[in-house]
Amino acid sequence: MIFLTRRATFSASHYYWNDAWTAEKNEQVFGRCSNRNGHGHNYTLEVTVAGEPDPVTGFVVDLKWLKDVMEREVLAAYDHRHLNLEVAEFSDGGVIPTTENIAIAAWKRLEPAVTAGGGARLSRVRVYETAEVFAEYRGEL
Amino acid sequence: MKAYFGRRYTLSASHRLHTDALTAEENRAVYGKCNNPHGHGHNYVVEVLVGGEVGRETGMVLNMALLDEAVRGLVMDRFDHTNLNRDPYFKNRAPTTENLCKAVFELLDGSVEPARLAQVRVEETENNFFEYSGA
Repeated sequence: MIFLTRRATFSASHYYWNDAWTAEKNEQVFGRCSNRNGHGHNYTLEVTVAGEPDPVTGFVVDLKWLKDVMEREVLAAYDHRHLNLEVAEFSDGGVIPTTENIAIAAWKRLEPAVTAGGGARLSRVRVYETAEVFAEYRGEL
Repeated sequence: MKAYFGRRYTLSASHRLHTDALTAEENRAVYGKCNNPHGHGHNYVVEVLVGGEVGRETGMVLNMALLDEAVRGLVMDRFDHTNLNRDPYFKNRAPTTENLCKAVFELLDGSVEPARLAQVRVEETENNFFEYSGA
């Protein structure tokens, strides 16, 4: 089994806020991230797929294909967007766009397309919010 | 929904790779320049990965402030800007990065609730790193 990883970056804004809480509690739990004017990051999306190299091509999957999948399924929706306001899974009562939830949401966007590709299975999605902070999701284990 | 959250910290410390179990000559043969009697230092990067359920209310596996506090209190205050050879953990162990990685894991294990410590990675330089996920 070979694990193959591709990175891409996207830039987006967000804030952390739970409508069920008071403003004080939001500020206490989320700190500066609760500022309703939002703030932004250069995110790095790291997608790992697992499979066997094809006997003819030597590829687990074609990296260009994986790049296109990432761009179509995730970057087209997230890049240069306000996650809370413009991205379905986080807006309108959706989940808070924490790095954890972004990793899970990106997995849900990618998984059907990777599976449909036939060459490999999605193994891991890691999202870096900064160089020092990241979250990852490996599906329901 | 279970996910992982990771955070990287920098730790500067000195060490000398040496074990009393070997002769001076054997130490030099095994550890090379890392056995230099006066030691040397690194800017280590400590990467802590915790896993757990993503809180329905918070969207988080663990509040980063709690992780920072645990790492500062249990790891940084102990090792940052110190000579690792002088730490009791390394009294009978060479302060290799493998052992530092285990030390960090053991110190943090059980202190990142409600998450679970999943893995510790310590990068000694840009070109080498060590990972430990528990016994």
